[in-house]
Amino acid sequence: MIAIQKIGLAIFIISLAIFIGSLSMSNYRLTEDVLASTITKTEHLELIKPAVANMLDEEYTSKFSFIRDFNVAFNAINEQFKANQEWDKVIYDNYTFPIVKNASVGFLTENLGILFLISFVFTCLGGLLYILPTIKTLGLPGIKNNGIYHNAATNRGWIGIIIGTGLIVFYIFLYKFPEYITNWVLLLDPLSYALSGSPATQWFLYGTMYTLVMMVMGVRMFIKYRHNKYQMIRTGSVVFFQLSLAFILPNLMSKLSMPSMDLKNMWPLDYTFFFDYRINEFISAGTLGYWMFGWGIALFLIGVPVLVYFYGKRWYCSWVCGCGGLAETLGDPYRQLSDKSLKAWKIERYLVHGVLVFVVLMTTAVLYTFFTGENKFIGIDSYKIRENYGFLIGFIFSGAVGTGFYPFMGNRVWCRFGCPLAAYLGLVQRFKSRFRITTNGGQCISCGNCSTYCEMGIDVRWYAQRGENIVRSSCVGCGVCAAVCPRGVLKLENADPSNRLAPYIRPEDL
Amino acid sequence: MHIVIIGNGVSGITTARHIRKLSDHTITVISSETEHFFSRTALMYIYMGHMKYEHTKPYEDWFWMKNRINLIKDHVITIHPKTKKITLQNRDDITYDKLVLATGSVSNKFGWPGQDLEGVQGLYSYQDLELLERNTNQVNRAVIVGGGLIGIELAEMLHSRHIPTTFLVRESKYWNNILPDEEAELIGKHIRKNGIDLRLETELKEIISDENGRAKAVITSTGETIKCQLVGLTAGVSPNIQLVKDSEIESQRGILVNEYLETNIEDIYALGDCAQFRNPKPGHPPVEQLWYTGKIQAEALAKTICGKRTKYERGIWFNSAKFFDVEYQTYGFVYNKPREGEQTFYWEHPDKEICFRLVFTTDFKIIGFNFFGMRYRQVTADKFIREEKTVEHVMQNLKEGFFDPEFYTNYYSDILDAWNNAYPNYNIQQKRKKFSINLLN
Repeated sequence: MIAIQKIGLAIFIISLAIFIGSLSMSNYRLTEDVLASTITKTEHLELIKPAVANMLDEEYTSKFSFIRDFNVAFNAINEQFKANQEWDKVIYDNYTFPIVKNASVGFLTENLGILFLISFVFTCLGGLLYILPTIKTLGLPGIKNNGIYHNAATNRGWIGIIIGTGLIVFYIFLYKFPEYITNWVLLLDPLSYALSGSPATQWFLYGTMYTLVMMVMGVRMFIKYRHNKYQMIRTGSVVFFQLSLAFILPNLMSKLSMPSMDLKNMWPLDYTFFFDYRINEFISAGTLGYWMFGWGIALFLIGVPVLVYFYGKRWYCSWVCGCGGLAETLGDPYRQLSDKSLKAWKIERYLVHGVLVFVVLMTTAVLYTFFTGENKFIGIDSYKIRENYGFLIGFIFSGAVGTGFYPFMGNRVWCRFGCPLAAYLGLVQRFKSRFRITTNGGQCISCGNCSTYCEMGIDVRWYAQRGENIVRSSCVGCGVCAAVCPRGVLKLENADPSNRLAPYIRPEDL
Repeated sequence: MHIVIIGNGVSGITTARHIRKLSDHTITVISSETEHFFSRTALMYIYMGHMKYEHTKPYEDWFWMKNRINLIKDHVITIHPKTKKITLQNRDDITYDKLVLATGSVSNKFGWPGQDLEGVQGLYSYQDLELLERNTNQVNRAVIVGGGLIGIELAEMLHSRHIPTTFLVRESKYWNNILPDEEAELIGKHIRKNGIDLRLETELKEIISDENGRAKAVITSTGETIKCQLVGLTAGVSPNIQLVKDSEIESQRGILVNEYLETNIEDIYALGDCAQFRNPKPGHPPVEQLWYTGKIQAEALAKTICGKRTKYERGIWFNSAKFFDVEYQTYGFVYNKPREGEQTFYWEHPDKEICFRLVFTTDFKIIGFNFFGMRYRQVTADKFIREEKTVEHVMQNLKEGFFDPEFYTNYYSDILDAWNNAYPNYNIQQKRKKFSINLLN
């Protein structure tokens, strides 16, 4: 069993190394064909072609010099326009990424199949070979958190630091420098054509990796919690929603020339929902578009309050949501690293509600501009607000920090400190819901397993040892506190909301 | 008024917290074990790598200063009741107005030859945990002596580090002095399934030393020699009465107290593991070494100290434990053998480690429950027992109290079928809830 695990780990690491190495497996040659097929606006083509004349048909072995030369030529065009104050002529389209991608030649493009196999199939197989034997190595079904704090991957040790840093670097390239990871995107072109009928983008790469990681780590969850039906069903649910609604369906809809939409994502997590180009896309798509727009609004306006009232915010955060899904699969090994201090709770409340206010203001400004055509909303450019929100919240908070900090601050950094939808769901859960975690009388022995394994950093024990139920806006209802409790003290329940805050009082003390 | 509490375990600390809730007295808590209160019940999880020491502290470190509870890490040498002073190892004497003794337990040692060798230890304190970490650095086999709750915890700890373990148990079944035969059998099987070498009806005779004074083997009552480098002595714990043994504070097994937790000396109290009740109520053990009884005693004592003399009332007995992966909850009295005038009903899952027991009087009044591999609500069980409900009523309404996580298979119907088979005269039909209500719950 251990041997199989070692083989799996070796396959995974070698495949991952080849995947990373594949970034340097292309040369770059700009041709007229590449220019013509990439730049479809003729006025842009006419401007760019002469500017990059000295690059044409020259084979670059270095991606860096290719990108540099192209950017120098491209920026010179825009600089000229800006100097002449010809604002309407400035090119805002990003051509660097598709040009680099389409100009790629050499080993990688000639061996797409085998490199795809290694990068996306063998990595998963290696991971599975490492994970599957845990059915035996973990011992009998039950809570087996043995050695978590002795392991450098899960106790903020060197492995965790490498993983976290790797994730952060990945997010920076994904959002800010996608032109440097075009080789990875190229590997997925065939899959993307098959699914969506169009070439792969960095977002297709992200979606594919995201879904694969969730499925492989979902298998790990199934094995780890095979004694616990709540965890099994919940894990099945998040993986299903990611695979079907977030990955396959939107791509198929693109293929059928329909507006594509992740039907389970909603405002304000989906912060671009009310942006002009989205609304225009909905409106221009006819009945289906209107239906989608209505669905998206109904989801947060009716779906959230009704479902949170009956089941708590868990129906979304730990059963449906994509961010939550990644946190509950890839992130499960890091859940114990969340900060449980009172100070962290105070920071959390300011931050997460601050982001909620930010997104409401941003969306109001954007809609104001959409309806009035006026760029300034209470004196601020609404495009600037939305640009800042995208950078600060969309990229840094939910991406680089949200996932990159798993090995440092636990798997729910984004959900806990940043997600405006979680804040909104939490407000309903705290003030109007049947959901609570029930404490079983005086059985608590204050061992602290519940608090340690709470990914949201709730000090569950503080309530349990006093016989109080846990009613907290941040609780995502993952159910792990109840699973790790060695004395059967905690239970997630939906029941009559009137007495959910009533503490246990011993009959002797009445 | 200055209240000094010796011992920062759950009893001492809960006393301090409740005195603070009720008053503005000066409170000092002294312990030589650790600076801050931690949960002794979680020691095993530190060793197993589930948690770090800091996670076992139920209150953050700022809590004590904020609540004006002075913590002193030192060892108390002597108590001088006449001058109301205590002498510390490293500090000046401290005077008190009221003194609370919450000194806890020490591991039992029954005079086995070799019991003080290196590599031989109990498991109770934080220091024991540190010692175990050193003692299991290079171990090929461990032997655990004594089949109670600490013994099985130690077995699980060693198992988590893949240390081969032999577990010596005096009784013919695991913990059979407490558990009825069927439950003891079920847990015994589960222990073996985890790869522990469980030896029933086997006692320790002698621990053999190597040339360096370290344990190298044990000889059992069956004459067998088992090579090992660690011997865990887990044959129970006894009240830690070192401090009062030679003083005028009366003690027997524990420090003797009345139902107000008062010792024979005015203004000196004792509670928790170290206390022994002079006249325990029927059904109450004289020494109660439980987490929750320590807490309840502390709440009563805090009231007494703050001027409202309050009796300790435990209420309906309950307890819980976890044997490797099998959880156990008990409510009311379930003895290993039914006492006179008692009968029992037992159900066990045909192939899972799940079982259920009812104990009731010959006139079918409920006395107690055992749940293994199932969770049950304390308030529900407590109410049944307190109100002396009939078994018929209990079986009819049992479903209210199941506490397993959502989507778990519920065995109420199976239990009911078994009951109706065993007691056809008390045939009980399951109440059906409307589908819509089920959906909402």
